[in-house]
Amino acid sequence: MVKVLVIAEHDGKRLNASTAKCVACAAAIPGADIHVAVLGENGERVAREATSLAGISKVIQIDNAANAYPVAAVLAPQIAKLAAAYTHILGPSTTFGRDLMPRVAALLNVNQISDIMQVLGSHTFKRPIYAGNAIVTVEAPAGHPVVGTVRMASYRGVDNTGKAATERASIGVELPKHTRFISLQAGKSDRPDLQTASRVVSGGRALGSSENFGIIFRLADAIGAAVGASRAAVDAGFVPNEMQVGQTGKIIAPELYIAIGISGAIQHLTGIKDARTIVAINKDGDAPIFEVADFGLVGDLFKLVPELEQALKS
Amino acid sequence: MDKILVGLKRVVDYNVRVRVKSDGSGVETDGVKMSINPFDEIALEEALRIRDRGEAREVVVVSIGPSDAQQQLRTGLAMGADRAILVETSSAPDPLTGARILLEMVNREKPDLVILGKQAIDNDNSQTGQMLAALWGRPQATFASKLALDGTKATVTREVDSGLELLEVDLPAVVTVDLRMNEPRYVKLPDIMKAKKKPLDQIALASLGISTGAVASVTAFEPPQQRQKGVMVSDVAGLVAAMKDKGLL
Ligand SMILES: Cc1cc2nc3c(=O)[nH]c(=O)nc-3n(C[C@H](O)[C@H](O)[C@H](O)COP(=O)(O)OP(=O)(O)OC[C@H]3O[C@@H](n4cnc5c(N)ncnc54)[C@H](O)[C@@H]3O)c2cc1C
Ligand SMILES: Nc1ncnc2c1ncn2[C@@H]1O[C@H](COP(=O)(O)O)[C@@H](O)[C@H]1O
Repeated sequence: MVKVLVIAEHDGKRLNASTAKCVACAAAIPGADIHVAVLGENGERVAREATSLAGISKVIQIDNAANAYPVAAVLAPQIAKLAAAYTHILGPSTTFGRDLMPRVAALLNVNQISDIMQVLGSHTFKRPIYAGNAIVTVEAPAGHPVVGTVRMASYRGVDNTGKAATERASIGVELPKHTRFISLQAGKSDRPDLQTASRVVSGGRALGSSENFGIIFRLADAIGAAVGASRAAVDAGFVPNEMQVGQTGKIIAPELYIAIGISGAIQHLTGIKDARTIVAINKDGDAPIFEVADFGLVGDLFKLVPELEQALKS
Repeated sequence: MDKILVGLKRVVDYNVRVRVKSDGSGVETDGVKMSINPFDEIALEEALRIRDRGEAREVVVVSIGPSDAQQQLRTGLAMGADRAILVETSSAPDPLTGARILLEMVNREKPDLVILGKQAIDNDNSQTGQMLAALWGRPQATFASKLALDGTKATVTREVDSGLELLEVDLPAVVTVDLRMNEPRYVKLPDIMKAKKKPLDQIALASLGISTGAVASVTAFEPPQQRQKGVMVSDVAGLVAAMKDKGLL
């Protein structure tokens, strides 16, 4: 029996889109019976939302004041206890899952399979290494639970036509008090979410300042796109860290990615490999970004981007 | 605090474009430049700054790997670490075994703080710090971009998908660092000379009595799908037409 537990990611109010992608990955495991665990303070609303994830048979709602904000050291022992009834425990390869799941894996005495991009069998997976420069097939040891994180850019979320039931559970484990959540300073934006947007416009070091970055935002708004950035642009303080795209930022798979004033360093390209179409604007015709771009335009971004914005608006 | 332990992994330098061998048996690592994992360099830099501010007495660097990893430990000593430990293994272990070995080092050295990289750029696992914290039963603060110490506590700024999170942890704790934490110093020639005299202990893995658990095996290597180079357009009108043609607008 293959029983998969998917750990839901949420902010206490809404389910993160990453959960539907984890369920999609779980559903690719032959014969999987899939449950989703919602650990929260008062997870009713999130659990209800989760019941509609297609392909799952049950939502397990675990309420505890200590779960108000996801702290890995607090969540991991609860999940490790739940895990006894499952063959597979999956979480998203977002900062939430990347923080939490290895702690769960260690408590279960196994290594984690990080960044699953394809399921080949119940214990056989493909994952990228060396910033995506190689893809390996890994075989998890038989007879042990499989703990994995799911690479977000590799899966489309399942739809919300499901009708699973919710079961409330309480888990009797001692929870540590040595780690305390203080605050989250979240960027507020009414633009589409970078990780799920179908269109993304990104700017690089060439923008030169946060004021100049405004032209990227205006172009994005003209086509309803999310905004991203290269590490150089984030490091220089033009935009906040959550906008970084790449190996150490967000790995995304939009339909359309427009890279502006970004050279195309390998660590940046790691983040956009799965984009369906890449457009690049750069003044250097030899910039490596043009090696992967479907459409390239050479020239000064300060002239071309406003022109493009006008053309797309009209 | 007394002591900070820093993990330094020897990895293929981040500038090397790694390629899968044509027979699919692995990646080409012969003759390529090896370096300290870039995140670990940042971890060490942070530890050194803490010590140099007078908030810690000693910084110890640990590497688990083949004897060649001494080079990276010497670089760490040249950067300013006080002591180095090499746990000698035939190749770098899986994350769980690595975490068990680090736990043994923690039990011997009793550090107040362990700083690791958020991930090793070869296997991109991003597991070791979290696993060490779990096995040790201590706090973890991963993907840190800022670290402030206050007696028996640390306040850590973490780079998370939605922004910046502030976490308070009791010490001892494990912190894994992200790239924006600091800018590592350059090593100067006199420092390299001085580093030759600093202690570097070598410990054989067998002497630790750590058994490796069930490990996932890699059964195949393949290159990623390559994107094709597309077309160059000559102006904005051409770009808009091309995008419309492909149904993108
Ligand atoms: C371990 C590690 C992890 C990393 N992770 C990431 C990551 O997650 N994401 C990431 O992005 N980077 C990452 N990097 C950094 C990466 O190596 C590059 O340094 C970075 O991507 C460069 O950003 P950039 O393209 O904006 O800047 P540059 O490389 O400086 O490129 C700027 C480009 O702008 C062009 N330009 C300049 N002026 C104009 C103009 N007026 N009009 C048009 N074009 C112009 C130039 O021709 C150039 O191509 C990582 C590095 C390391 C070591
Ligand atoms: N063989 C090793 N020797 C020393 N430190 C290591 C080793 N493997 C992992 N680490 C530490 O753990 C971090 C995360 O590694 P990983 O879990 O492999 O991505 C690295 O950045 C190092 O700080």
